[in-house]
Amino acid sequence: MNIIVCVKRVPDSGTRVRVTGDGRGIDTSGVKYVVNPYDEFAVEEAIQIREERGEGQVTALCLGPDEAEEQLRNALAMGADDAVLLEAEPPMDGLTVARELAAELEDRDFDLLLFGKQAIDDDNMQVPPMVAEILGLPCATVVVDLDVEDGRAVARREVEGGHEMVELELPAVVSTQKGLNEPRYADLKGIMAAKKKPLEKKEVELAEASTELLSMREPEEGTDGEIVGEGAEAAPELARRLHEEAKVL
Amino acid sequence: MSDVLAYAELRGSQLRGVARETVTGARRLADELGGDVHVVSVGPPGSGEEVASLADYGADRIFTAEDGEFGAYHPDALVRAFQYLADQEEYAAILFPASARGKDLAPRVAARLGRGLATEITDLEVEDGEPVVTRPTYADKAYARVGFTESPALMSIRPNVFIPEESQGSGEHEELEVDADPVRTRVSPVETSEEGKLDVAEASQVVSGGRGMQGPDNWSLLEDLVDALGPGTALGASRAVVDAGWRPHAEQVGQTGKVVSPNLYVAVGISGAIQHLAGMRTSNVIVAINKDPEAPIFDVADYGIIGDLFEVVPELTEEIRKIRGDGG
Repeated sequence: MNIIVCVKRVPDSGTRVRVTGDGRGIDTSGVKYVVNPYDEFAVEEAIQIREERGEGQVTALCLGPDEAEEQLRNALAMGADDAVLLEAEPPMDGLTVARELAAELEDRDFDLLLFGKQAIDDDNMQVPPMVAEILGLPCATVVVDLDVEDGRAVARREVEGGHEMVELELPAVVSTQKGLNEPRYADLKGIMAAKKKPLEKKEVELAEASTELLSMREPEEGTDGEIVGEGAEAAPELARRLHEEAKVL
Repeated sequence: MSDVLAYAELRGSQLRGVARETVTGARRLADELGGDVHVVSVGPPGSGEEVASLADYGADRIFTAEDGEFGAYHPDALVRAFQYLADQEEYAAILFPASARGKDLAPRVAARLGRGLATEITDLEVEDGEPVVTRPTYADKAYARVGFTESPALMSIRPNVFIPEESQGSGEHEELEVDADPVRTRVSPVETSEEGKLDVAEASQVVSGGRGMQGPDNWSLLEDLVDALGPGTALGASRAVVDAGWRPHAEQVGQTGKVVSPNLYVAVGISGAIQHLAGMRTSNVIVAINKDPEAPIFDVADYGIIGDLFEVVPELTEEIRKIRGDGG
C-alpha cells in the first residue's frame, strides 16, 4: 500500500501574530516553524497503517520554501520512508496549492492520500477536497476514525452534534482531525535515520491565484472590560448587567 | 452578472439554521449588486417544501432536487447540481455555510468550477461592483481582506455572524433533476451523539470550562448554567481539559479546536492561553470567572468575576434563572 501524506510548514500555534507594516502578510522574524499539528495525525495514521499491514511505502509531500525540508525531515523521523519538496512560497489561495499538488500527484501511484484537516496559518480547509475533485477521487474530511481494508476505506467524520460514516473506494483522499490517533514523538534513532532517507526537491512555478489577498490586519484590541467584583456576592450584579446592560439574557 | 446563489443545507429533510444565515448573506450581497438570490438544495422527497420557505429570507428562485438517495449528505450529486446551475446562470457569487458540510462541499465545488474560495468569512462588501470579503487567519489572530480574480466568487460564511433577517423574495420554486449516480464518496446519515445536542460552533451562548474545573466529575455545575441560559446554549472546553480526557474534542474551543463567535461566551476556570483566546475573542459578550486576577482571559472579557468558580457559578446560575424566569 502506497500512502502519500501532505505536510505544511506553519508558524507554531503559540506564535504572537504581527501583521507587517504594509499589511501584506505577517512578520516572520523570530517565528518558530513546526509541522502543521493536524498533519501530524495524518503522518501517524500513515505509519500505523503501514505497520499494521507489514508492508507499504509512506511518502511525505510538501509545497513550501527550501526551509520546509526541516518539516519533511520531521515526518521522516516519525517514520515516513521518503519525501518530496515542491519548492515554492505557498500562497494563501487554496486552489493554487491544490492544483500544484494535483499536478505532482497525477503521475504518482498511491492508494491513500492523507492531509491534516486544515493548516493553522491560512485556515483555508480547502486543499484536500480540491485535490480530490481535480484528481477525480473520493474524499472524506475531518476524519476521527479510519478503517482501511483491501481496496476500500471507511471513515468516520465529525459533524455538528454527531458523526457520519463515509465509504471510499481506494485510491481516496482523507483529511485527519484530532482524536484519530496520538502522533508519536520522533526518537533519536528516528531522527538519525531521517537524515539518510531520500528527500527530493523540485522547483515549481505556481499558477495564477484565483483569490487575491488585499490586506491583513490584527484583531481590534481588547474590550473596555471590567471586573464586576470578587466571589459569589458579585454574581447578582453580573447577572443584572448581562440582562440590562449587555442585553444577552 | 449580479445574481447570488446560496446553498440551503439540510439534515435529513430539515433545514439547518445556517441555511437561513447563508441566504441572509446572499440577500445582502445581491442587494448591493442589484441582483436576485437563488437557492439550491439536494434532499430527500418532501424536503423541497421546507426549502421553499427561504423565500421569507429573500430567496427569489429556489431550485430543489429530491431523491430517496439524498437523505444523507451526497457530495457528488451536490457538485453536479452546483455545476449545472453555474453553467446555466452567471453568478457573481456562491455562498455556503462554514458548517462541517459546507466546509467539505465548497472546496469540491470550487475545484469543479475552477474558481477561488474564501473560507469562513466574517464580513462581506462590494467594491467596484465586485465582492470583497474579510476572513480570519491564524485562528483569528489576523484578518485578511480577500478579492476574487474571476466570478463566481465562492465563499463560506462563519455561523452566527450573518444573523437571519426576514426579507420577502419572489420565491419561484423550480424542481431540479440531479443524478444520484455515479457516487464516488458515499456518506451515511448523521448519527447524533446526543439527541438534539447543539454544536459549540453554532450555539448562540457558550459555557466553557477549563483546568480550574479540577476534574471531569464537576461538569454538572456548568450543565446547570447551560440549562439556565436556555435553548441555543452549548458546552465548550479548553484544550487542557480535552487533552486530559475530561471532555470530548468536539467541545474544544481554540486554535486546534473550534473557533466560536456566540452572542455570549462564559469562560469558567480558563486562564486564557493565546490559542484559546484566538478561538473565542470575536464573541459578542465575554464573561470570565477565574480565581487568578492576572489570568489573560480577563484581557478579552467584557465582564469578570475574580473568585472560586465553585462558589460563583451556582450563584450566577441561580440569578440567571431568576431573571429568565421573570420573563427576562
